[in-house]
Amino acid sequence: MLQIDLWKRVLIWLVCVTGLLLALPNGFYTRVEQSNDAAAEIIAKGDSPERQEVVAQWPSYLPSSLVNLGLDLRGGAHLLAEVKVADVYAARMDALWPEVRDALRPERDTVGSFRRQQAPDGQIRLKISKPDGMSRALQILRGLANPITTLTGAGASDITVSGSGDLITVELSEAERLASDDRTVRQSLEIVRRRIDEVGTREPTIQRQGADRILIQVPGIGSASELKAIIGTTAQLTFNPVVGRGSDADAAAGVGNKVIPSLDEPGTYYTVEAAPVVTGEQLVDAQPAFDQNGRPAVNFRFNTSGARKFGDYTAENIGSPFAIVLDDEVVSAPVIQSHIPGGSGIITGNFTIEESTHLAILLRAGALPAGLEFLEERTIGPELGQDSIDAGKVATIVAFIGVLVFMALSYGLFGIFANVALVLNVALIFGFLSLIGATLTLPGIAGIVLTVGMAVDANVLIFERIREELKAGRGPARAIDEGYSKALSAILDANVTTFITAVILFAMGSGPVRGFAITLGLGILTSVFTAIFVTRLMIVMWFERRRPKQIEV
Amino acid sequence: MRLKLVPEGTSFDFFSKWKIWLGISALMMLVGLASFGLQGLNFGIDFRGGTTVRSESSTAIDVGQYRDAIAPLELGDVSITEVFDPTFEEDQHVAMIRIQAQADGEAISGEVIQSLQAALDAVAPGIKFVSVESVGPKVSGELVQTAVLAVVLAIGAVLIYIWLRFEWQFALGAVVALVHDVVLTIGVFSELQIKFDLAIIAALLTIVGYSLNDTVVVFDRVRENLRRYKKKDLAEVLNLSINETLSRTVMTSVTTLLALISLYVLGGDVIRGFVFAMIWGVIVGTYSSIFVASTILLWLGVKRDWSKPSNTAGNQFANVDA
Repeated sequence: MLQIDLWKRVLIWLVCVTGLLLALPNGFYTRVEQSNDAAAEIIAKGDSPERQEVVAQWPSYLPSSLVNLGLDLRGGAHLLAEVKVADVYAARMDALWPEVRDALRPERDTVGSFRRQQAPDGQIRLKISKPDGMSRALQILRGLANPITTLTGAGASDITVSGSGDLITVELSEAERLASDDRTVRQSLEIVRRRIDEVGTREPTIQRQGADRILIQVPGIGSASELKAIIGTTAQLTFNPVVGRGSDADAAAGVGNKVIPSLDEPGTYYTVEAAPVVTGEQLVDAQPAFDQNGRPAVNFRFNTSGARKFGDYTAENIGSPFAIVLDDEVVSAPVIQSHIPGGSGIITGNFTIEESTHLAILLRAGALPAGLEFLEERTIGPELGQDSIDAGKVATIVAFIGVLVFMALSYGLFGIFANVALVLNVALIFGFLSLIGATLTLPGIAGIVLTVGMAVDANVLIFERIREELKAGRGPARAIDEGYSKALSAILDANVTTFITAVILFAMGSGPVRGFAITLGLGILTSVFTAIFVTRLMIVMWFERRRPKQIEV
Repeated sequence: MRLKLVPEGTSFDFFSKWKIWLGISALMMLVGLASFGLQGLNFGIDFRGGTTVRSESSTAIDVGQYRDAIAPLELGDVSITEVFDPTFEEDQHVAMIRIQAQADGEAISGEVIQSLQAALDAVAPGIKFVSVESVGPKVSGELVQTAVLAVVLAIGAVLIYIWLRFEWQFALGAVVALVHDVVLTIGVFSELQIKFDLAIIAALLTIVGYSLNDTVVVFDRVRENLRRYKKKDLAEVLNLSINETLSRTVMTSVTTLLALISLYVLGGDVIRGFVFAMIWGVIVGTYSSIFVASTILLWLGVKRDWSKPSNTAGNQFANVDA
C-alpha cells in the first residue's frame, strides 16, 4: 500500500534538487549579478582580464538566472505614455495637399479654380468654382489613393474622397487610420526603445499596452522626469558624403570631416563630411520594399526641397558612396548607382526582410511620429526599495520560523516532515521564479509569506485525516494511506479554486499586483506538489526503515 | 505531547441558533455598506488620480510647517500625513504628501515636483523624495473598472467551478460567503478610512481565494458525510462535518495568521494596508465558511442521496474524486 515506484522517487527528488539548484543563485544575489553583468559586457564590449575575474566569481556550471527585482524593490522609474496617434493624420494630409493641387491643376477647364478651406485636423477640404466638374474632380482625386496592404485592410484604399455641392473632402479611410495608428505606435515604441538602450541601463521593460499605450519601466534611474528627458530627445538623421572608411577610430579626419562608427559592424569607422546633404527632417516616408532583383530594400521619399538637394547631389556623384547617419552612427553607406530625381530612392544592401523593415522604422524614427502624453509616472528611490527588501526579508524569516515551530509542536515528527517540505517549497518558488525570469515585487514577497502560511494547509489536511483514521482503529500503514487518498479531493478542490483567483489576478492586474499573482499561483502549484509527493515520500521512506507498530501524528 | 488548539472530538452545535448567526452577518454587511455609502472609501491615487510623494528627512516633521511651505505653490487639495513605523531608524522621519489630480489629463510634471522639493527643503533641510507616484485621471478611471471586473470575474469563475464539482446549493452558499467577506472588508476600509489602492484589490481577491479554500474543505467533508449518513438530519451532518474539520480550520488559520502578523509588524509601512486587509480577510473568511456558507446550505437544503447517478448537470463532474 505504502509503495512508491523507484522511478517516481527518483523523479520527485530530481525535481526538488533542480528547484534547489535553480534557487541557489538568489542566495548570492550581488555576486551572481556582478558575474552576469560582466559576462554581458564581454559579449558587448570585448574581453578583458578584469571582466573575466568578475565572471569567475560564480562558477559557470551552476545556474545563474536570478529573480528580477521589481521597481518597488530595486528603485527606478515607471511611465505609462499614450501615443497621440491623431497627430499623424494632420501631417499626412498636409503632405498630401501638394499632390492634390498638382493633380487638379491641369483640369482647371472642367473643375474651375479651387481653394483649400479651413478644416479639422486630418482632413483636406477644398471648394471648386465649377460644381459641374465635381465628378471629374472626384475621379482624379480618387486616382491618388493607394491600396492598403495590411491584413485587415486588404482591398481598401488609404484615402476617401467625397463631394457635395462645390465642396470636396479628402480624409484618411477608416482602415488606413487603423493601419496608421498601429504604425505610429510601433514606431514610437522603437524610438523609445532605442533612446533607452542608448543609456544602457539594466533590463528596461518597454511594452506596448492596448492599442495606443506604451509602458516603460527602467530600474536604477533617478526619476521619471529624467526618463522623460531621455525619451524626448529626437533622433538626428542625416545623409552625408563619405570620404573614407577604415577601422581606426582616431583616424585623422581632415578639415570639415568627422569620423563616426558604423551602427551594425563593430570596429568599422567612416570618415564623412560633417555638413549633411540632406537631413531626416526632410524625409517624408520610408517603407520596406524589394529591389528589382527581389532583394529586401528600403524605399524612402523626401519632401520637395530635400528632393531637389538630393537629386542635384546624386546627379553629380554617381559611383561614390554616401552615408545614412543616425545619431552619429552610420546605418548604411550605399554607393549611388544613378541620378535620383523626384526625391525618392531605394537603399539596397545585404538586408534580410527583418533588417529592411527595421531600417525603414529607424529611418522614419528620426523623431517621435506623434506626441506622447504621460498618464502615469512613478519614481521609487533605491533607498526605499532596499528598506522594503530588508523588511520583507526579516518578516519572511520570522514568519517562517513561527510556522516551523508551530508545525513541529502540533504534529511532532510529521510536522518536521512538513517543515522540510515547506523549506523545499519556498526554494521551488524561487527556483521557478528565476527560471521563468519573473519579477519579484513587494506584494510578491507578501505572496510568498502568505504561501508559507497556506502551504502547510495541504499537509494539515492530510495529517488531520491520518489522525482520524488512527482514531477509527486503523493500523499505521493503512491510516497513512487512507489519510492521503481521502484528503486528496479536498486539497485539489481547495487549491484549484485559489488558483483560479490567482489566474484572474494575473490576467487583470498590472505591475506589482501581477507580481503577487505569480508568486501566489506558483506557491499553490509547489505546495500541492510538496504536500502530495514530497512529504508522502519522506513518510514512506521513514516508515519502510522503522516499521513502527504504532504512530502518533 | 502535542500542541492542540482544538481538543479532540469536539461536538459544538453550530446550527441551533443559525438564524441569529445569519442575522448578525446580515447586520454586519449592512453596517459595512452603510459606512461605504455614507463615508466612501479613502481611494488612493490609483483610483482617483493625483500624486503621492514619500519624503524622508532627518529633522522631525511638523505637518503645519509643511503645509505652509506648500501652500504658495497652489496645487489644490494637499494632504500630509506623517508615517510611523518600528522599522524606521531613529532620525528617519517619513511623510506622505498627497496632491490632487491636476486639471489636464496628464500625470504631474517634473517641475512641480522640483518646486515642491525646493519649498520643503526650506523647512526640512536635506529632505529627500524616496518615491513619487503620479496617476492621471484617465488611467485611474480604467483601473477602477478593471478592479471591479476582476473581483466579479473571480467570484463568477468560482461559482461555476463549485457548481460543477458539487451542487448549485453549495455554489450559492460559497458565493454568498465570498460576497459577505468582500463587503465586510470594504466596510472596514471605509470605516477606518485606510487607503484603498490597487494592492487592496489584490488582497480582496486573495481573501476570496482563502475563504473559498476554507469553505471548500468543509463542503468536501459535508459531501462525504452526506454519502455516509443517509438517514441523518442535514443540520446534524453539517454540524458533524464542521466539527471534524474544525481542528484543520483552526490550524490553517493560525499558521496563515502567524505569517501575516509577522509581515504586518515587520514588513514595513508600504504594504501594511495590504497585509491588514489579508489578516482581516482570514478571520472573516474562516468565520464565513462556517457561519455563512454552511448555514446557507442548511437553509437551501440539499439533495440527500449521492449514491445514485443523477442526471443533473452539476453531478457529472462531481464524482471526479481525483
